Amino acid sequence: MAFASYSFLIFLAALLVVYYTVPGRVQWVFLLAGSLLFYLGSGWQNLVYMLLTATSTYAATRLMERNQRVFDRKTAKLRNRGWLLLCLGLNFGLLGVCKLRLTFEDLLLPMGISFYMFQSMGYVLDVYRGSQRAEGNPAKLLLFVSYFPQLIQGPISRFSELGPRLLASHPRNEEQISFGLQRILWGYFKKLVIADRIAPAVAALRGPEHTGLSFLVLTVFYAIQIYGDFTGGIDIAIGVSETLGIRLPENFVRPFFSKNTAEYWRRWHITLGAWMKDYIFYPVSVSAPLRKLSKAARRRWPKFGKRLPVYAASLATWCCTGIWHGVTPNFLLWGLLNCGVIVISGELTPLYEKFHSRFHLREKGWYGGFEMLRTFFLMNLIRIVDLFPDVGEYFRRLGSLFTSWYVPFSDLGLTGLDYGILFLGCMLLFAVSLLQERKGSIRELLWEHTRLRYILMFLLFLTVLLMGNYGIGYEPGNFIYNQF
Amino acid sequence: MEKLLAILREINPDVNFETEEVLIDGGILDSFDIVTLVAEIDDNFGVQIPAEALTAENFNSARALYDLIRRLEDA
Repeated sequence: MAFASYSFLIFLAALLVVYYTVPGRVQWVFLLAGSLLFYLGSGWQNLVYMLLTATSTYAATRLMERNQRVFDRKTAKLRNRGWLLLCLGLNFGLLGVCKLRLTFEDLLLPMGISFYMFQSMGYVLDVYRGSQRAEGNPAKLLLFVSYFPQLIQGPISRFSELGPRLLASHPRNEEQISFGLQRILWGYFKKLVIADRIAPAVAALRGPEHTGLSFLVLTVFYAIQIYGDFTGGIDIAIGVSETLGIRLPENFVRPFFSKNTAEYWRRWHITLGAWMKDYIFYPVSVSAPLRKLSKAARRRWPKFGKRLPVYAASLATWCCTGIWHGVTPNFLLWGLLNCGVIVISGELTPLYEKFHSRFHLREKGWYGGFEMLRTFFLMNLIRIVDLFPDVGEYFRRLGSLFTSWYVPFSDLGLTGLDYGILFLGCMLLFAVSLLQERKGSIRELLWEHTRLRYILMFLLFLTVLLMGNYGIGYEPGNFIYNQF
Repeated sequence: MEKLLAILREINPDVNFETEEVLIDGGILDSFDIVTLVAEIDDNFGVQIPAEALTAENFNSARALYDLIRRLEDA
C-alpha cells in the first residue's frame, strides 16, 4: 500500500475509528493487525521476510536473556556471542541478498526491509549489551518490527523509546490528531506538489548529453526532489503516527541551513546517523584490535596514532552507510566522499580558526548564508553520485562543469506553469523552514488561532489536490528512499 | 578528577568543564571528541570504556564521566 493512495487514506481513517473505540489496553493489538494488513498489501512474500526477522529477533533475544539470568556477565556475553552472530548474520545476509537481487536482477526490495531490519538488529544488540530487557511477548515484538508508518522510509527507532509508546493506551486527543493531520498534509505537499513535479526534469537531466552547467542544475533539482520526497515521506510517517498518539523520532531538522558537513549530518537522516554512531562508529573505535593498533602507531607517529581510532571508525561507518544505500560502487564512493570531507574538515579546524581570528568574516551578516550555500552545494554534489552507477560518468560530468553554459530548461518535461509552481513551492518551503528555525513549532503557534489555522490548512489541502503531480507514466506513490 | 579535567581542557580549552552539564546534549563534545576522550582515559586511568557506556548520561558532565571511570575501576 502506498502512502499517496486512496486505499491508504481509507485504511487510516478506518484504523483511527477502531483504534479510538477499543479499550486502551488492547489498542496495540489492533495496531498490530493494521500494520500486518498494511504490509500484506505489498505482497505475502514480503510478509514472510518480515516474519523471519521478527522470529529470529525474538528467539535470539530470549535465549540471550536466559543466559544473562543464569550466568555471570562475562560468561553470558561469551555464550551470547554465538546467538548474536547467528541472528545478525541471518538478517544482514538476507538484506544483502535482497540488495544484490535488486541490483543485478531488478527485483524490488521487500518494502521497508532496510529500515525494519536495522531497527530490529539495534534491538538485538541492545539486549546483547544488557542495556535492554528482551520483550517476552512475541506479538508485542512483532508490532515493534512491523509498525506500519515507518515501513516506507523510517525513521529508525529504538525499542527503549518506541516500545513503551506502542504498548501504552492512547486516549483520543484532539490537538494531537490535528497536529498529525497537519503534518501529513504538509508531507503530501512536499512530496506530490514539489518532489513529484520536479522528478521528470531530474530524469531528463540524467541523460548523457547534459553536461556543463546542466550538471549543476541536476544537482540542485535532485536536491529539491530528494528533500521533498524524503522529508515529505517522513512528515507523513510521523504525522500518521501522531494521529495514533505515538511519537516517532525526528529524522530531519532543516538540513539545508547547515553551515558545515558535521552539522549537516546531525540534521539529515538523523536516525540512520544515530544508528551508525551507536552500533558501528563507537564499537569499532573502542574495539580491542584498534586500541592495540593505535597504541603501537603512537610510538612511531604520536599525532596520527592518537587519531587512528577516529579515522578507522569513520571509514567503517561511512562504508556501511554507503552500502546501506546500495551495493554498487557509486554508493561506496558516496560514503567515502562524505567520510573524506568530514575527516579533512576536522583536521583543518585549527587552520580555519586561525583564518577566522585574522579576518573576522563570521561577524559579517552574509557569511552565514555563504556557509549554508557552500555546504548545500558540497553535500549535494556528493549526493548526486547516487544517480550514477557508472562512477566514471559522474567524474566526467563533474569535470565538465564549466565547459558549457546552456541548459535546455524547456526540454526537461516541465511546463512554464510547473516551473512557476516549483518556484512558489520552494519559496513557501523556505519561508516555513525559516520560521521554524527562528520561532519553533508552527503548529503550536497556530493552535490558538483556530480560524487562521483552518484557512491555511484548507488552502494547503486545495494546493495538494489541484497541484499534486498525479501524472500519467509516473507512479506518485513511490518514494526514493523506499528503494534503499 | 583533576587529571580528567586536564584531559577535557586539552580537547576544548574554551569550556568550563567544572560546571558544564550538557557536554553531549548541548553539542559541546561531538562523537570524535568522545573517541579521543576514551583513548586518553584508557592511557591515563587504565580503564577501558565499553561502547554501550558511551551515552549522554555518562558524558554530559565531567562529574558523570568521573563516576563512570570509578565504577569501571572498581569492577
